[in-house]
Amino acid sequence: MGSGPADAKFHVLAVDDSLIDRKLIERLLKSSSFQVTAVDSGSKALQFLGLQDDEKRDPQPTPVPPNHHQETEVNLIITDYCMPGMTGYELLRKIKESKSLNYIPVVIMSSENIPTRINRCLEEGAEEFFLKPVQMHDVNKLRPHLMRGKQSQETTKHQ
Amino acid sequence: MDRNLQRQVANMRKSLFDQGYLDEQFIQLEDLRDDANPNFVEEIVTLFYTDSAKLIRNIENALENNPSDFERLDDYMQQFKGRSSSIGAKKVKTECSQFREYCKAGNAEGCIRTFQQLKQELATLRRKLETYFEMARQANT
Repeated sequence: MGSGPADAKFHVLAVDDSLIDRKLIERLLKSSSFQVTAVDSGSKALQFLGLQDDEKRDPQPTPVPPNHHQETEVNLIITDYCMPGMTGYELLRKIKESKSLNYIPVVIMSSENIPTRINRCLEEGAEEFFLKPVQMHDVNKLRPHLMRGKQSQETTKHQ
Repeated sequence: MDRNLQRQVANMRKSLFDQGYLDEQFIQLEDLRDDANPNFVEEIVTLFYTDSAKLIRNIENALENNPSDFERLDDYMQQFKGRSSSIGAKKVKTECSQFREYCKAGNAEGCIRTFQQLKQELATLRRKLETYFEMARQANT
């Protein structure tokens, strides 16, 4: 399975330390025909994306095969804000600071409606900020970001 | 297909909403069922109860050993409220909010009292949902 054929699904990386919310976001995304990988921490997300996390705050590092050759490229990252260790905001920053990954659209989820938090995330480059519990109408907003992300990735590849 | 049983199931479902045990989020969960995931609601509710047990224990221990660490208590409860919210557990969520208010006010007694109510609401909801799911299963066989 690679990119190219018209029926290749968009691949979303979901990050949330809550098992229930992971299950929920996974079901929401899959029912919208997205391919989903769900991890429980920012560190694991970075590992999956092939970026090393220098700070190594993950207390239980389980090896996640790094995704160097983008056979299952990630087209969007949706992450919880409040997580132990690396917050969603910190994950967002690392992705936006990375030359190889900053084209990937990032969406933040949070159960708290805090305007300063929302603005901070949007200013750092998050595409959307969803209030939890995330619902179908939120997931429906992802497609344009996914399509744009895929386009900029294709452009980057051909340069 | 037992029409009578189906009617009972529908009535029970309606009363769970009317009596404020469940909110709109539960309907969102129901809408996520499909042929490949017919038991999604039951699965996520079960997950909620098993996943929450640890948090509940943490809160219990904190209330017993460190009742004035309101920041920690509030942090735990914020997590728990999030989970309750994800399954549409309305009354449980209300108790969570109340608990957090008491944390902000530094009221340990209020926290302890509310926590007891929260546990009761959790148990009540569990019983009702188990009955509901069982009835729904029977109505569909």
